Amino acid sequence: MVPDGAEQQPDQPVPPSEERPGRVVFDADEIARALTRIGHEILERNRGAHDLVLLGVPSRGVPLAQRIADRIASVEGVEVPVGSLDVTFYRDDLRKHPARGPQHTDIPPGGIDGKTVVLVDDVLYSGRTVRSALDAMNDLGRPDVVRLAVLVDRGHRELPIRADHVGKNLPSARSERVMVRLAETDGFEEVRIAEGTSRVGTAGDAGEGGTQA
Amino acid sequence: MRKHLLSVADLSLDDVETLFATAAEMHDVQHREVKKLPALRGRTVINLFFEDSTRTRSSFEIAGKWLSADTINITGKGSSTSKGESLRDTVLTICAMGVDALVMRHSASGAALQVSQWVDAAVINAGDGTHEHPSQALLDAYTLTRFFDARRLGPLEGKHVVIVGDLTHSRVFRSNVGLLTMLGARVTVVAPPTLMPSGVGAWSASAGFATSYDLDEVLPTADAVMMLRVQKERMSGGFFPTGREYTVGYGLTRDRLSLLRDDVPILHPGPMNRGLEIAADAADAATSVVLDQVSSGVAVRMSILYHLLAGEGSEK
Repeated sequence: MVPDGAEQQPDQPVPPSEERPGRVVFDADEIARALTRIGHEILERNRGAHDLVLLGVPSRGVPLAQRIADRIASVEGVEVPVGSLDVTFYRDDLRKHPARGPQHTDIPPGGIDGKTVVLVDDVLYSGRTVRSALDAMNDLGRPDVVRLAVLVDRGHRELPIRADHVGKNLPSARSERVMVRLAETDGFEEVRIAEGTSRVGTAGDAGEGGTQA
Repeated sequence: MRKHLLSVADLSLDDVETLFATAAEMHDVQHREVKKLPALRGRTVINLFFEDSTRTRSSFEIAGKWLSADTINITGKGSSTSKGESLRDTVLTICAMGVDALVMRHSASGAALQVSQWVDAAVINAGDGTHEHPSQALLDAYTLTRFFDARRLGPLEGKHVVIVGDLTHSRVFRSNVGLLTMLGARVTVVAPPTLMPSGVGAWSASAGFATSYDLDEVLPTADAVMMLRVQKERMSGGFFPTGREYTVGYGLTRDRLSLLRDDVPILHPGPMNRGLEIAADAADAATSVVLDQVSSGVAVRMSILYHLLAGEGSEK
């Protein structure tokens, strides 16, 4: 059984960059710039911050959603509600792995009915996480519009899903894995690509970017 | 986590933490408009109850339904058991229909273990004789954890939990002692000498819990009190002269309430014999968590079903 929050915690020592596998494709500054741009894009697309709700998909989508909300607050002066939407129970691969504990779902007090919900995740890959998120949202309310913002789109979609706001399009091979690391969840910031297929659903890998998206 | 849940001894500390974390998420589902998760779609859960039950059976049924499993209830009365079918034939017949989990209650201690050796389905012990009732212990510990959390009283670890009542006949007590000591609580069990299980001395020494015959002496240091039902249906003979005499010695009466600090939760697994082991003042006190136990019961049982049935290897 995999305990909740099995991913690296910030208080764990950070391995030096040269000991981590693969190469960095996105550093902390680039991540920051991409999120700023996504924040602006969301405002532009929505013509302001009215009725916006940002829902991050745990684990790394949640801090990303919070950061985008911070950007929007500094540009528009409006606090956009931020929540988290766990999709564990809605995954189509639940039965392929040992049962994994869910992460927290937290819908802002105003709910999502009639709102413009922007789903935020770290990596868009097969599209299956997004499908699960749409199903999960169905049980929580009925937004007017749902949009998708991701930090990295690595291609290889298995479902007819596309992102509205993309931090970086990252061409990748299926044999590679993409790892997003954020200060809030990992203690350091980078997006890295390395050889070796992702170990979906294995211990300590609950939130590895690109493994499930 | 093991395939079956037969005893709290099947659980590691990690398992319990995972079950509680999942239960907390399930708890939120209880307050949603749409109380339904698709996690166990296509799974079948049979509640096989050879003894009476209201809350355990219905909460397992609700838990299964909210996780989208198909749940079916079979009771001893009105089933083929009353026509003389053996337990083995009954469970093999049911499991031949293609069942993923069997939630079972039986009057014989060890019945669930026995059945788990006969069938492929995951077996969840919902009470076997006077032996164990692990899901009850889990929901009791979960209720306590939430109570202490909500009042910022710290973790369950190190708390003094007093369990009072008909210990001889209580599977709830046996499961609770096992789980609470594993979670680091200090447990004292209180009963009249006639209702203290035989051989408790050596057991309590090795398991690390205390025993007492004097409730008034124990209550002032309690951080939580769990009252157990006097199980008249299991008593053959006189364990105490009259109900009145039991209440005077071991009931949680209005007078005894004043021995408790005002932040001590009062638990009772139900059904309560009001006026016998618990006075109405205690059952309805502000610190009574009897109904929290019931709603926690659904969340904890959802968590149990999810972890036993959702993952790989749990298909039939």
